[in-house]
Amino acid sequence: MLALDKVGKTYPNGVHALERFSARIKPGEIVAIIGGSGCGKSTLLRAIAGLDRASTGTVTLDDAAITAPHAKIGIIFQEPRLLPWLSVADNIGFGLSDLPADIRREKVDRALARVGLADKAKAWPRELSGGQAQRVAIARALVPQPEVLLLDEPFSALDAFTRRDLQDHLLDLWKDTRPTLILVTHDVDEAVVLADRVLVMRPRPGRLFEVININLARPRDRASPLFENFKRHVLTALDRSLDRNIPDADPKSMAGEAMWW
Amino acid sequence: MLHSSARRVLAMTMSAELPVTRERADAIAAPPIPARLRRYARPALGLLLPLGLALFWELWVWLGYSNGRLVPPPTKIFATVMELAKSGELTRHITATVTRVGAGFGLGVVAGTILGAISGYWGLARQLLDPTVQALRAIPSIAWVPLFILWLGIFETSKIALIAVGVFFPVYLGVMGAILAVDRKIVEVGRIFRLSGPAMIRRILLPAVLPAYVVALRVGLGLGWMFVVAAEFMGASEGLGYLLIDGQQLGKPAQIVAAIVIFAILGKTTDWLIEIATAPLLRWQDAFGRQSGAA
Ligand SMILES: Nc1ncnc2c1ncn2[C@@H]1O[C@H](COP(=O)(O)OP(=O)(O)OP(=O)(O)O)[C@@H](O)[C@H]1O
Ligand SMILES: [Mg+2]
Repeated sequence: MLALDKVGKTYPNGVHALERFSARIKPGEIVAIIGGSGCGKSTLLRAIAGLDRASTGTVTLDDAAITAPHAKIGIIFQEPRLLPWLSVADNIGFGLSDLPADIRREKVDRALARVGLADKAKAWPRELSGGQAQRVAIARALVPQPEVLLLDEPFSALDAFTRRDLQDHLLDLWKDTRPTLILVTHDVDEAVVLADRVLVMRPRPGRLFEVININLARPRDRASPLFENFKRHVLTALDRSLDRNIPDADPKSMAGEAMWW
Repeated sequence: MLHSSARRVLAMTMSAELPVTRERADAIAAPPIPARLRRYARPALGLLLPLGLALFWELWVWLGYSNGRLVPPPTKIFATVMELAKSGELTRHITATVTRVGAGFGLGVVAGTILGAISGYWGLARQLLDPTVQALRAIPSIAWVPLFILWLGIFETSKIALIAVGVFFPVYLGVMGAILAVDRKIVEVGRIFRLSGPAMIRRILLPAVLPAYVVALRVGLGLGWMFVVAAEFMGASEGLGYLLIDGQQLGKPAQIVAAIVIFAILGKTTDWLIEIATAPLLRWQDAFGRQSGAA
């Protein structure tokens, strides 16, 4: 169980980026965090990862306070951040240096096959496409089998096709060990297709605005009316979080919402 | 660079062993430059101008349009080199110069690397150290010569010190700059995988800094060769710089040009040695500059 308790962050330059953010996230749950630019999503994720310490409040994983990077928490950034001087295989095995070489090689090989890049094992990172590089980053983060995997806009630099492909792929990989996924995204579609719960944040200072449960069975059909309803609901919440006008409610969608909330 | 040339060799042998495909390729396209020729064409292209000029001057003097006294023709220079070589003089001078450059370069690299690493890694040290180093850098290094001679005498020590000073600054700046420029995002990857301090240095910082370090070494070596001449001008009884001065005082232009040519060969060779030695470590880099620059 990952527990965020009134997490707040004020940067040294005085920016109040995050305020009293609380949430409890069950093992294996997929949570999407969505919100306008600058509302503290990355700040929150970095606090969970232990990269930056929260100014107030606590992050605990199974009752252990997170103040520094933790073996059970992995993170994938917006950029792949592969080490350019290591081959693809060595990048994936980067977090396994404590293991004996043969076990490491076996795990890396399996991960490479799992992300469909077995033929790229010896390639240099610069020889990969953006989507391939991000898949290597996913494999690198998953190979130590984290209990919690944080993703900060992991697909936002990719084109729409590759993004969908990787969303499905991520879900597929998630089924192997079912880690907790916390995914920051700007893409409502992505949030609804992946998440069990969508946390909508609002800015200045960043805080939790609304929680939307996505009670849809997987695999989710992006074209189904229910899916559309959830998307609209998230969009509406997002709009309200930014103090924009609420769009005219569509009677049909209202009916759908009435069914679910 | 290494593996691209290896690939080219491979392509060469392959096309040699498969005459059928090569003939077919020849038949289809207008005869492309054969791989073998291409492999040598680029260095040959670079040699064209100096060789052409040398040949021209040789002919020019041979035909009697110039007496070649101030600018001796290539054969004369070659004869001078052979003469020096036969008497064993040449080896003595080259050894003296190479030893000085080696010692000065070694000292400069060690000092520049250590201080550069401290300044780059540790903010407080940088604030303490860097302003002084930058101020010293502003002094033209040759200005140290009188002081070094007073302090260290006229012999080897002062010469090596001058060369070391010349090498120190580019290495110091290169190392410090490279460490400061290490991508914070890559360092975060190391933090996420909970690398210890030494592991962070070994697995993240060193490889990240290496390309800039190699450049710094090459610049430092270039300056080392520059400063050895200055050092040998300030009174030496042997060394290539001495040959230059000696040639000037005794009116032997062939000897001067011979020494210059040897300097060029030595400088290029040592630079190339650094490049060769570090190429396996830098294979991961984008081959962009190398493809067009090297070979
Ligand atoms: N290292 C930092 N130092 C000072 N202020 C920062 C720092 N990082 C972020 N901020 C500020 O904190 C606020 C929240 O930033 P954060 O990066 O968490 O936003 P975000 O929700 O991830 O935005 P985006 O969607 O654009 O990525 C912003 O106002 C930003 O300017
Ligand atoms: Mg962000």
